[in-house]
Amino acid sequence: MTVAIDRATGKRHGDRAPRPGLGHRLRRGYQKHWYAYAMITPVAVVLGVLVLYPLLYGLYLTLTDANSLNTARTIGVNHIDATYKFIGLDNYKDILFGATAYDRFWSHFIWTIAWTAICVALHYTIGLGLALLLNQKLRGRTVYRLVLILPWAVPTFVTVFGWRFMLADGGVLNSVLHALHLPSPNWLEDTFWQRFAAIMVNTWCGVPFMMVSLLGGLQSIDASLYEAAEMDGATAWQRFRHVTVPGLRPVGSTVVLLGIIWTFNQFAVIFLLFGNTAPDAQILVTWAYYLGFGQQPRDFAQSAAYGILLLAILIVFTSFYRRWLNRNDQQLAI
Amino acid sequence: MSTTTVETSAATTGPGTPAAPPRRTRRRGENTPLGSLVSHGVLTVASLIALFPIAWLVFLSLGPDKDDYLHPGGIWRKMTFANYSFVLQHTEFFDWLKSSLIVSLGTTVIGVLIAATTGYAVSRMRFPGYRKFMWVLLVTQMFPVAVLMVPMYQILSDLQLVDSYLGLVLVYCTTAVPYCAWLLKGYFDTIPFEIDEAGRVDGLSPFGTFARLILPLARPGLAVAAFYSFLTAFGEVAFASTFMLSDTKYTFAVGLQTFVSEHDAQRNLMAATAVLIAIPVSAFFYLVQKNLVTGLTAGGTKG
Repeated sequence: MTVAIDRATGKRHGDRAPRPGLGHRLRRGYQKHWYAYAMITPVAVVLGVLVLYPLLYGLYLTLTDANSLNTARTIGVNHIDATYKFIGLDNYKDILFGATAYDRFWSHFIWTIAWTAICVALHYTIGLGLALLLNQKLRGRTVYRLVLILPWAVPTFVTVFGWRFMLADGGVLNSVLHALHLPSPNWLEDTFWQRFAAIMVNTWCGVPFMMVSLLGGLQSIDASLYEAAEMDGATAWQRFRHVTVPGLRPVGSTVVLLGIIWTFNQFAVIFLLFGNTAPDAQILVTWAYYLGFGQQPRDFAQSAAYGILLLAILIVFTSFYRRWLNRNDQQLAI
Repeated sequence: MSTTTVETSAATTGPGTPAAPPRRTRRRGENTPLGSLVSHGVLTVASLIALFPIAWLVFLSLGPDKDDYLHPGGIWRKMTFANYSFVLQHTEFFDWLKSSLIVSLGTTVIGVLIAATTGYAVSRMRFPGYRKFMWVLLVTQMFPVAVLMVPMYQILSDLQLVDSYLGLVLVYCTTAVPYCAWLLKGYFDTIPFEIDEAGRVDGLSPFGTFARLILPLARPGLAVAAFYSFLTAFGEVAFASTFMLSDTKYTFAVGLQTFVSEHDAQRNLMAATAVLIAIPVSAFFYLVQKNLVTGLTAGGTKG
């Protein structure tokens, strides 16, 4: 056995002149790395059993016409066997190109992309602004920081209920708007205002995470860089542009990716804010949930197909994002 | 936030013009009075926005009538804790508390135990397949609920695990385990490699090094991972509302929901329940938030 830490990666293979046989190499690899494999085994097993198997099963479901009327179920003492059948790629065809594809998939798709882009942009800019303010020498900044992470501390399902009180007809928000002689919209009924409200609530929930992460990033930037920039006569804007922005990149690119993934999959905010009352404000995740569990009969196959499509979108996006980062010589920090 | 530099002051004090009044030199990071006024102003407004919805919820929970939220001015005159005593005495509050705790703690324990060794392995060892494994961990992070929900529902109902705590714990492990592994990898990365080398030189096996040297050092990181999985499991809505069928097994996230639909008019009780849930969780959050922040950014700031 060799030492557990081999930091010089990628140099292991080159030097030996005659390449040993496959069996030998396998044995060597096993001897060298068996403890690494032993250590990742628990997680690999958990992921295999709890993630990979359901995923494959889900993939299979998308190729069938399974719904709650034809899957195996037990009613009382009677067991009814599954009667759904294999229909190939019809579900995908129907979702993407079917007669009502725009109403069901593409309109939600466009809204989901817009939702993700707007929310993450707001999270990032507001979070960065607050982080920059908190990073100064300022009296009471600890207090500000503690208050500002409050939305993160309270469970989402609680805060969303709080927001429902405020957004309700005759709730405090509309009362204030009314007192200011501004129009008071139907937050929970008109599609546009539903979307507006959802973005508002999600922004409120998501800013603290960005703020705190970016604050950590700001504090990790070497102070001597700022001193040097100041010596050279850089203005505040130039220091921000040429020291802060590059210094934040590793943290920034990571939290933006996480933010995009989380926002794209944000279930709780929209589900709890509107339930089933807002068909046009549903993003793809809540829409897929509605198909699979919110209606009768439950359409398991289509719901799973939406899930697979969502996952595919995210994987494609993440690959491009990573490639783009690598091309610009930046690394994903996670 | 501008600081005067030598050049600019030299430029303004040309010949013939009276010398500019000597300015107090400011240290870096200090603000002009106007700048700090603006900073305080913005931060105060942001704090109020952060605070208001929660404060409002607390305020409404004190109003005894179900429609008080529509005319909150009246609450001042008849404030009472009646909602709280009703929720504690006449609802399933403690059942929900029990379920929430069982599920969250179960997820935490299983998640952290399993994830620790993996975090260590990916932090220290470069085995073949390492990159792919990291990629898999990242990909499982982006599973939308909907991908796994339908097949998991099928599988759990085949195993008769629908409406059981164990089923929900297993489901939550799918998100908690990969995330904990990521988090812990970031934390292990901050522990010097020399410690491992010293341990190895002194004759410890890789497992011994991990268990005797690294785990004790990583206690704050483990705490963060535990805390994170606890909170995730505690606040999860989608799986909990689908997989838990009997109302005594609801977690808070589901319990609060049914409150609205079943007793739609009793919003005052709902507000009180929400506050009862939020206060201990937030208190707990504040106790550990400093570590949480370090843990979350440990991997990030190293770049």
